[in-house]
Amino acid sequence: MAVQQIKFYQTGSFVVGNRLLSPEQRAVQADPGRANALTCGHRACQGCGEALGARYVVDTALRAASNKVIAVNATGCLEVFSTPYPETSWQLPWLHSLFGNAAAVATGVAAAQRVKHRDDVRVLAQGGDGGTVDIGFACLSGMFERNDDVLYVCYDNEAYMNTGVQRSGATPPAARTATTQAVGSDPGNLFGQGKNVPLIALAHEIPYVATATVAELRDLEAKVQYAMSLRGARYLHVLVPCPLGWGSDSSETIRLARLAKESGLFPVFEAERGEITGVSKIRRQVPVEEYLQPQRRYAHLFGPSPRPEVVARLQARADRNIERFGLIDDEVDN
Amino acid sequence: MSEQRELERSPNGRVEPGEHTRGPAAPRQPLYRQLEGSRGVAEAVARCRPEVVCAYPISPQTHIVEALSALVKSGELTPCEFINVESEFGAMSVAIGASAAGARAYTATASQGLLYMAEAVYNAAGLGLPIVMTVANRAIGAPINIWNDHSDSMSQRDSGWIQLYAEDNQEALDLHIQAFRLAEELSVPVMVCMDGFVLTHAYERLTVPSQQDVDAFLPPYTPRQVLDPADPVSIGAMVGPEAFTEVRYLAHVKQLQAERAIPQVAEDFAAAFGRDSGGLLHTYRCDDAETIVVALGSVLGTIKDTADDLREEGMRIGVVGLTSFRPFPADAIRAALSAARRVVIVERAFSTGIGGIVSADVWNATSGLRQRPAHGYTVIAGLGGRPITKASLRRLFVDAVADRLEPLTFLDLDRDLVDRELRRMGERRRSGPTAENLLRDIDGRGRL
Amino acid sequence: MEKPFAITLDVGSSRANKTGAWRTQRPVYTDLLPPCSDACPAGEQVQQWLYHAEEGGYERAWRQIMSDNPFPAIMGRVCYRPCETACNRGRLDEAVGINSVERFLGDEAIRQGWTVPVEAASSGRHVLVVGAGPAGLAAAYHLRLLGHRVTVRDSGSKPGGMMRYGIPVYRLPRDVLDAEIQRIVDMGVTLELGTTVRDAAEAMAADGFDAVFLAVGAHIGQRTYIPAGDSARIMDAVSVLRGMEDEDLPLLGRRVAVYGGGNTALDVARTAKRLGATDPIVVYRRSRERMPAHDFEVAEAIEEGVRMNWLSTVAHADAGTITVERMELDESGYPQPTGEFDELGADALVLAIGQVSDLSVVDGVPGVHVADAVVEVDRTMMTGHQGIFAGGDMVPAERTVTTAVGHGKLAARNIDAWLRHRRYAEPDRAELADYDRLNPWYFSDAPKQHRPRLDAARRASTFDEVVSGLDESTALFEARRCMSCGNCFECDNCYGVCPDNAIRKLGPGQRYEIDYDYCKGCNLCVAECPAGAISVLPERS
Ligand SMILES: Cc1cc2nc3c(=O)[nH]c(=O)nc-3n(C[C@H](O)[C@H](O)[C@H](O)COP(=O)(O)OP(=O)(O)OC[C@H]3O[C@@H](n4cnc5c(N)ncnc54)[C@H](O)[C@@H]3O)c2cc1C
Ligand SMILES: Cc1ncc(C[n+]2csc(CCOP(=O)(O)OP(=O)(O)O)c2C)c(N)n1
Ligand code: SF4
Ligand code: SF4
Ligand code: SF4
Ligand SMILES: [Mg+2]
Repeated sequence: MAVQQIKFYQTGSFVVGNRLLSPEQRAVQADPGRANALTCGHRACQGCGEALGARYVVDTALRAASNKVIAVNATGCLEVFSTPYPETSWQLPWLHSLFGNAAAVATGVAAAQRVKHRDDVRVLAQGGDGGTVDIGFACLSGMFERNDDVLYVCYDNEAYMNTGVQRSGATPPAARTATTQAVGSDPGNLFGQGKNVPLIALAHEIPYVATATVAELRDLEAKVQYAMSLRGARYLHVLVPCPLGWGSDSSETIRLARLAKESGLFPVFEAERGEITGVSKIRRQVPVEEYLQPQRRYAHLFGPSPRPEVVARLQARADRNIERFGLIDDEVDN
Repeated sequence: MSEQRELERSPNGRVEPGEHTRGPAAPRQPLYRQLEGSRGVAEAVARCRPEVVCAYPISPQTHIVEALSALVKSGELTPCEFINVESEFGAMSVAIGASAAGARAYTATASQGLLYMAEAVYNAAGLGLPIVMTVANRAIGAPINIWNDHSDSMSQRDSGWIQLYAEDNQEALDLHIQAFRLAEELSVPVMVCMDGFVLTHAYERLTVPSQQDVDAFLPPYTPRQVLDPADPVSIGAMVGPEAFTEVRYLAHVKQLQAERAIPQVAEDFAAAFGRDSGGLLHTYRCDDAETIVVALGSVLGTIKDTADDLREEGMRIGVVGLTSFRPFPADAIRAALSAARRVVIVERAFSTGIGGIVSADVWNATSGLRQRPAHGYTVIAGLGGRPITKASLRRLFVDAVADRLEPLTFLDLDRDLVDRELRRMGERRRSGPTAENLLRDIDGRGRL
Repeated sequence: MEKPFAITLDVGSSRANKTGAWRTQRPVYTDLLPPCSDACPAGEQVQQWLYHAEEGGYERAWRQIMSDNPFPAIMGRVCYRPCETACNRGRLDEAVGINSVERFLGDEAIRQGWTVPVEAASSGRHVLVVGAGPAGLAAAYHLRLLGHRVTVRDSGSKPGGMMRYGIPVYRLPRDVLDAEIQRIVDMGVTLELGTTVRDAAEAMAADGFDAVFLAVGAHIGQRTYIPAGDSARIMDAVSVLRGMEDEDLPLLGRRVAVYGGGNTALDVARTAKRLGATDPIVVYRRSRERMPAHDFEVAEAIEEGVRMNWLSTVAHADAGTITVERMELDESGYPQPTGEFDELGADALVLAIGQVSDLSVVDGVPGVHVADAVVEVDRTMMTGHQGIFAGGDMVPAERTVTTAVGHGKLAARNIDAWLRHRRYAEPDRAELADYDRLNPWYFSDAPKQHRPRLDAARRASTFDEVVSGLDESTALFEARRCMSCGNCFECDNCYGVCPDNAIRKLGPGQRYEIDYDYCKGCNLCVAECPAGAISVLPERS
């Protein structure tokens, strides 16, 4: 399914609302009556991409399911900043059990709906990258393999943020984390490690797999909406910059997500039953430096003793993605 | 093994002096069949109409979930979702989700599987979800061992679950029916522990209550809290120092409530089904007993047989069968042991470095008695499937009555073997001086 | 539902936690000055009227223009569009075609017959405007809107000033001119044509005017000394162009040389071409780069067959020929004679080297100060004589229609204030919305819509309008290219990107409000506002 990009109209569908579009053409987030599933008062850091991404996703899911959504949350920043006793920021039925079991708990919730013939109530599971690609991976894979009726959303901020920025299986090479320090001959996270869970999900041949970022709201919403129109196991992997962990300014969260995609480092695509069905093309390609430089986790690649050869390896990764996913189109028309 | 025996017990689990035996209360004619324990339990669970059953195979639990799977697949148990999960952690997690969403959830496991799900076991209790789980008791490795002991369920002693131990298969079956009611009345998960192989794989004459009777006994599940779009709540908040103690205290109070509810439910059960099952504990020939043996699980049958024999020889010996280990029925234990001179606790698990697990609780319960038993012995028996024979028990009780027992005894321990091994270890060079020297000093009894 | 203590919580309860306390910086909505509006000599709020046009609110857009400038259709043809030069979109791809949208709106207004009502109560004051050029007419229009009686006197037989007697028809069709002037007249302005005012002070006193606005323009063609034979035909540009409005068109001959490098030179050359000259030639002292005429006018002229003789001066004129000397730029860029001469065939030589004003109207008026052949005015456009104001080409400023219109507006507002014994306070200038404040990512790629132009063959032989207007769809498209620099255009981005739901959307046209109870000051909204309409202030502690 390709995202219906509204052509032109000043800002087209690049912005959230755009008064020049009819209300149906605007994003869910433009709706003054949007659910605000994750409401004010949560304790996420300033400019938290995960808080933003979660509201984007859940609001869209709620609209798609006429507000009948139950969310299951893995342990992690999203859970911690949203539900410290005595206050919760959630506005929908929400359950947190453990760090590594969100997919399985969601399976249980979905099973309960099935047994009660409540096919109007939809189930969404969500977790961070650690909770998804590492500790929760077995449950996730099991949920996929059984094709349970769950939309699982991974908010990927590329490290274990809630515990203080340790490396996860989704941490990119060269990135500094608390457990991959910028010291020694190969500073930061090592090359040749890590796993690509969207592709692993795709290998399960589940009904739907997609990646997205908080910078492309329309694309994200369209994917959630489409995912909600399907039954069975669905996986959405959303890149959510973390100002704290990435060492970036709180105002840069969206820009960084955009640059991750525009540089080719984070390919945005979707797939159905194991086949890639669409990619979001790069609109204005940028060299990886433009993405890396504003982030202190990559500071060791620049500065007084720069590491251009490491930057070149990262560029090579971006180039490979561009090649592999066909991210550049001669006829990007926007 | 355990034939129909006359049990001296009261439904509320408290010893009521003068009441020796209680026969069937209701005149209904139960239909008895020769059934494997696992099959019986599966059928009983099915009568409880679980809506979500999730399981991951591990011996000796397999026959239970295989049977349930067949019942669901054939449509005999419906509506019910049978979910083949990827792990025990997944199994308990699915149960958590299902239960929180208002479905009656059941799973079963054992041994390594229970440990693998441990994090979720605690979580289910913390969240107050009335999940029922069978633990087909089995040892924990390494060394890997598929046979029966209680190390697995004992490891989850503090998880916040109610733990009920079945003496025989009929009780195992009955306890499951009571477990759902207890769990849902109290919003606490319940673990029904039955000895692996010894019970799960044993064929006995069993009666499985009719659907109608179970329905009458067990109302449909109305969850205390539920994930419902019509009435949204956030379940599973993070709680800091400001309220965590209170949360835990309330969990304790919940167990104390269970201590009252368990006998009540057992009484209701007896009234409904005409059979005594469950309760906190039961006493057997304790009235004038100088020596009381405390145990839980299937070993009680052999212990009672042995006690019968010794009674014939004039030994004043009785038995206390503990059904509820959590909550620990401290009052009932105190009452049961108040007149005994000597208590022998036979346990199928132990805490390395100290000894008995059940014993610790029993000693704790009796510590406040004005007339506490003069002698207490902990006997670790039947680890990893080693048979507990009448002969061994007889020797043990005779020694106990003569107060020739060590406070901590490992029944039928091959003394020569361990001595040899300890010597060998002592002679070998070790990596560090401490270990080497200490080993040299250890005598054959495992004491310094 | 019975909620277990602490573990199960009521939804939305976190609203009790006012995270605004975390803030060290405070985002605030602002309205900045877009470069287009800043650059408009008539003070049009360009971004604002484009905003209306973007949503198809053409009449609203037109009225917005009309609040500053009564000539959108004329502007859309003759304005040299400094707004487009300044437009931020020029740094992204091409400047917004502000002028073409303005023309579309102006034409639409004429087509629809939109008018501007005079709503102000009558002031009982009467103002004399001398000169019905753009400055005078604009002043008259604004004075009427402010409730004053206005009489405009012009020595010409038709109103419009240089718009009629200078700018050729193929650039400004007279029906357009007439329509926009008529609209002003219809507002109740008294127009007295063929009436030359000889003494401003006297006219004011004699006819009981409460104030005077002088806008006599600059109509005297400047002369320069050129050695010439007796029979040489030497004319000046303004006379030629004025002659175009007469019954008898000027006789220029087949070969016409125009001396000068401004727009007027090109207008004359192109007019000559249309009058039948086979090869009009423009002789100019400097290079093309240094020519004051606009590039597009040079290009259009060349397309039409006008030849350009850059770097040459006219050394001598004779019957049928002129002699030109080649020039060379020195190091500082000044043309220096080379001593090399060429002969060019020319039946007529038209001098287009500038105009001066006839300032006899202020001769002897006490207090009025003339320097460098223009009248000095203060910031209120008033001359040294109380109650006599002046503007347009006769005061020191750029000589364009748009500047003249701006003068007319400014003078009218100051006259109004002066008549009411008040001071006119110009609105505060907001901070400039420069390109770096924008987030251009959000703007769709959109190629500029160019106005169709008549093909060169037809241009060379007819006085048909060369440039036609955009149609509705292309004008709408063009309006939507505007990036709304520094002004909220309700794209909902801030509302969408706030991770803390701290922005409230107030409904169409009402914009947004930041809820400082919850705003943590992350400034994501600031960074992601496409228009740069949110500023950051330090949080007051
Ligand atoms: C050939 C040519 C082309 C041009 N093209 C452009 C263009 O494309 N775009 C642009 O922006 N500008 C252009 N200009 C400049 C522009 O026309 C003038 O700057 C502008 O018209 C000045 O306006 P104004 O009101 O000050 O004077 P004018 O337009 O000159 O009007 C003055 C009026 O005052 C009248 N008048 C003079 N003296 C008296 C008196 N004593 N009593 C009564 N009436 C009097 C005159 O008859 C005239 O009608 C052009 C100029 C020329 C010469
Ligand atoms: C079983 C278990 N292991 C470790 C933790 C500690 N822990 C809690 S949150 C977290 C990090 C979460 O990282 P991620 O899933 O990426 O989410 P983020 O906080 O980055 O959004 C960790 C390691 C835990 N709660 N449970
Ligand atoms: S650490 Fe990162 S993911 Fe966690 S709340 Fe802060 S910004 Fe969000
Ligand atoms: S983009 Fe629009 S607001 Fe900005 S300078 Fe150009 S016309 Fe003006
Ligand atoms: S995005 Fe929200 S929290 Fe951040 S500065 Fe803007 S209003 Fe405040
Ligand atoms: Mg993370």
